[in-house]
Amino acid sequence: MIVVKDLVKRFGELTVLNGVSEHFKKGECVCIIGPSGSGKSTFLRCLNLLETPTSGEILFDGVSMTDQKTDINRMRQKMGMVFQHFNLFPNMTILNNITLAPVRTGLMDKAKAEQEAMSLLQRVGLADKAKNYPAQLSGGQKQRIAIVRALAMHPEVMLFDEPTSALDPEMVGEVLDVMKALAMEGMTMLVVTHEMGFAREVSNRVLFLDEGNIVEQGEPHNLFYNPQSDRLKSFLAKVL
Amino acid sequence: MVSSLEQYTAWKALMVAGEPTTAWQKFYVQFYQAFIENDRWQQYINGVGTTLLVTLLALLLGIALGIIVAVVRTAHDQQRPGHRNPVLSVLNAILKVYVTVIRGTPMMVQLMIMGFVIFASSRNYVMVGALTLGINSGAYTAEIIRGGLMSVDAGQMEAGRSLGLNYADTMRFIIVPQAIKAILPALGNEFIVLLKDTSLISVIGGKELLYAARGVVSRTYEAMYPYVGTAIIYLLLVMLFTWLLGIFERRLRASDRR
Ligand SMILES: Nc1ncnc2c1ncn2[C@@H]1O[C@H](COP(=O)(O)OP(=O)(O)O)[C@@H](O)[C@H]1O
Ligand SMILES: [Mg+2]
Repeated sequence: MIVVKDLVKRFGELTVLNGVSEHFKKGECVCIIGPSGSGKSTFLRCLNLLETPTSGEILFDGVSMTDQKTDINRMRQKMGMVFQHFNLFPNMTILNNITLAPVRTGLMDKAKAEQEAMSLLQRVGLADKAKNYPAQLSGGQKQRIAIVRALAMHPEVMLFDEPTSALDPEMVGEVLDVMKALAMEGMTMLVVTHEMGFAREVSNRVLFLDEGNIVEQGEPHNLFYNPQSDRLKSFLAKVL
Repeated sequence: MVSSLEQYTAWKALMVAGEPTTAWQKFYVQFYQAFIENDRWQQYINGVGTTLLVTLLALLLGIALGIIVAVVRTAHDQQRPGHRNPVLSVLNAILKVYVTVIRGTPMMVQLMIMGFVIFASSRNYVMVGALTLGINSGAYTAEIIRGGLMSVDAGQMEAGRSLGLNYADTMRFIIVPQAIKAILPALGNEFIVLLKDTSLISVIGGKELLYAARGVVSRTYEAMYPYVGTAIIYLLLVMLFTWLLGIFERRLRASDRR
């Protein structure tokens, strides 16, 4: 579904991604772990071109994301993204946060979008917040709304960039539960996370990124209990 | 019972003749001729009307120009590398020159050039004044608006674009509404600066408040009351608008906590 070929990203002198190649299959839930500053966010953001890759290629369903002729807005509609700091739109209600993109991009009319938004809100248990503003919600609620907002576009893949890192500990669970349910339904997910429990129990595959390279990857139990490289060993020793 | 006009005429005659007069009589005469004789107060009132009209027109023009400049310059700066739009680059260069020239020359000189060179044949001094002030204000307002757009968290643009919204829609529905809220205090301040700067258009013949005062001075040969009176009127106007803006801002902040 997503093929990454030799992806390089530099910020000036700093090389953040140093030729990453990877293949993500439909229905996979892949967790990306690694030390802070190792390029996890940058990798995720290159996939939907929030960062422009310095070189390399990204194919989404066979379409090159980096090709000048590709309609990037259309491609992004198929890739939902959830941010560490939620990035809800504070100037509009929860309902409008969710329906803005489906309506403006012509995916559906307003009535349909609202109806869908309400049923998605129901699913995450926040239907009663539809008319509220983001400032009135807790962090966990905001992040669940952010997930719903991305889902409202019917994406083929969901990108999560540390979705629980900005949350108070007691709110982490409610967000992970929503993500877990999503993975169970077969949503293709790429999740940058420090939640090793989630990586171990929910993901099909874990990538360990360090200094701009995928140093090691594999099925979660193998990776966690039988790490090969010294770098992964010392990383796991710190986080587990 | 002596009418105020008779009283004024009598005391004025004393003063002209060089007779000794009391402070009260002096005040009475000078105040009377500055504001009341020949219904001069109407000239001040008309002047205030023109002042407010020019301020409003200049503000609207300034905001319109400011939005154009700010959006073009921001859009230019936010282009993805490798996706440079040549039209945008040309526009950006032109607008940069505009901002540099306006901010780099005195308003008085700009007024002189507009009034006596570019529109030398125009009799509509008020409109020329409003136009000049608006063009001037636009360069400053552009920076205010640009600052407002940049003050919106970058994550907002990213969230909008990651949903597949295009640049224009993201600006229109997400960034601009948040930016407007952030810059309203600064725009209010620009309004007050403009209100005071309208006094400059009297040099090209714009019949605003200071022009009225100068007219009175040239007829009565007495400067204190017309000019101090003008200062007091400006001060009252500025205090009034500052107060109104304060109420407006408090309302806005209250709506933030909804
Ligand atoms: N826009 C940027 N400009 C310059 N440097 C950046 C930018 N974004 C990220 N970096 C740098 O790239 C490196 C990797 O960042 P990031 O991908 O956010 O790491 P991670 O998400 O793994 O913590 C860091 O050193 C960071 O400072
Ligand atoms: Mg990160």
